[in-house]
Amino acid sequence: MCLAIPGKVEAISSDGLIRMGRVNFGGVVKNVCLDYVPEVEVGDYTIVHVGFALSKIDEATAQQTLADFRAMGVLDEELASEEEAFARAAQRPQSNCPDGSCEN
Amino acid sequence: MKYLTEFRNGEIARTIAREIHQVTTQPWKIMEVCGGQTHSIIKNGIDQMLPAGIEMVHGPGCPVCVTPLELIDKALAIAERPGVIFCSFGDMLRVPGTDSDLFQVKGGGGDVRVVYSPLDAVELAVKNPDKQVVFFGVGFETTAPANAMSVHLAKRRGLTNFSVLVSHVLVPPAIAAIMSSPGNQVQGFLAAGHVCSVMGYWEYPPIAEKFHVPIVVTGFEPLDLLDGIRRTVIQLEAGQHEVENAYGRVVTFDGNRPARKLLSEVFEVTDRAWRGIGVIPKSGWRLNADHREFDAELRFEITGIHTQESPLCHSGDVLRGAIKPAQCPAFGKECTPRHPLGATMVSSEGACAAYYNYGRFLSAEQLAGAGKAMSEAAHA
Repeated sequence: MCLAIPGKVEAISSDGLIRMGRVNFGGVVKNVCLDYVPEVEVGDYTIVHVGFALSKIDEATAQQTLADFRAMGVLDEELASEEEAFARAAQRPQSNCPDGSCEN
Repeated sequence: MKYLTEFRNGEIARTIAREIHQVTTQPWKIMEVCGGQTHSIIKNGIDQMLPAGIEMVHGPGCPVCVTPLELIDKALAIAERPGVIFCSFGDMLRVPGTDSDLFQVKGGGGDVRVVYSPLDAVELAVKNPDKQVVFFGVGFETTAPANAMSVHLAKRRGLTNFSVLVSHVLVPPAIAAIMSSPGNQVQGFLAAGHVCSVMGYWEYPPIAEKFHVPIVVTGFEPLDLLDGIRRTVIQLEAGQHEVENAYGRVVTFDGNRPARKLLSEVFEVTDRAWRGIGVIPKSGWRLNADHREFDAELRFEITGIHTQESPLCHSGDVLRGAIKPAQCPAFGKECTPRHPLGATMVSSEGACAAYYNYGRFLSAEQLAGAGKAMSEAAHA
């Protein structure tokens, strides 16, 4: 999807080529490139799309948005691991419905 | 705490909806151009909270859906090749080409990988020097910074086994094309919030001015969508055509400067074919001359593809907002998420999938009737 998900930066490292952060999205942790948000530090919240942080946001906004996205059922798909993505595709032949409501 | 938040959100939602009902004196058609917003509107029943005269028209906001079938067939052909590791996002796995999809290609022995980020594909190229790693770069402006950085990194590392199949489309030219098309009835736009977090919204004032259309930068959560719609309706009722930012906690006028800078260094604007719509001039990005060595379409010369669209599929009409999914003759019959005919039914951002999964089998007349009843209740 085109959604950017809020997460909290827990650690930052750089290999000289790229600045990466360990970001926690309400329990799911991913490695995220922070090169587009040089102002973001450990403890800050940021919105992330396909492994890239795009904008710093405040904590209250982050928590509300995470709750809304969780309620909308979009977090699972956005943060799925490779195994989960294939399992999802396998379970529903020729189907890709995000909330599992297509019972045909 | 969660209950209180949901309760509070419900109260605010009803308040905003009531205000929309009170200010609306005539019918309006408003378009959102973002698959995530389409899904949020349908799933949360936002359109059903609106007065009968306000119609949400679902625009071509699904980059997968507007990727030409020929390019999808090329992707499948590349993925089938021995020596190739083909990487994509998970939502591409079941998008149908003419004969197959990526999931089936994997089943047939192709090395197809799902990645969270295009950087994962770059890592695969570093770790597998004897393979050609190809990333399927489909998306709007939100995804482009990720792809730009991946190509930039691959170039800095001197990788010769990494390439990207690029299908990047741009929102502002799509809005201009829709407003220019004969028979257009759209009167206001919600601009996609996360696209704007990258690009800003400086591209919209000339469009608002040229076409006399209000454009409101809007988020994805129910309250954000209701607020965006409310502001659009208020402008329409007042005869205004301004650009407003209703997503200020994320979006600024200039957008993300480091991202825009790298985008301008890696990509260049090009004409693009939008599936179901046709060619929209200057509506896409391709790798520029300095980075064209990473273009998978050039690296892999694919010939002999016979692309065939289903004659029953009306994805194009849906993407243009000319019909609602439920008005397509094949909707729910020949075409379901289990047996999709086109990308709008398969893609998680597609309008047809949204309508099917959230039970929108009502016709436009029935929807209008439901809205009218709510309107009468609101004014009672």
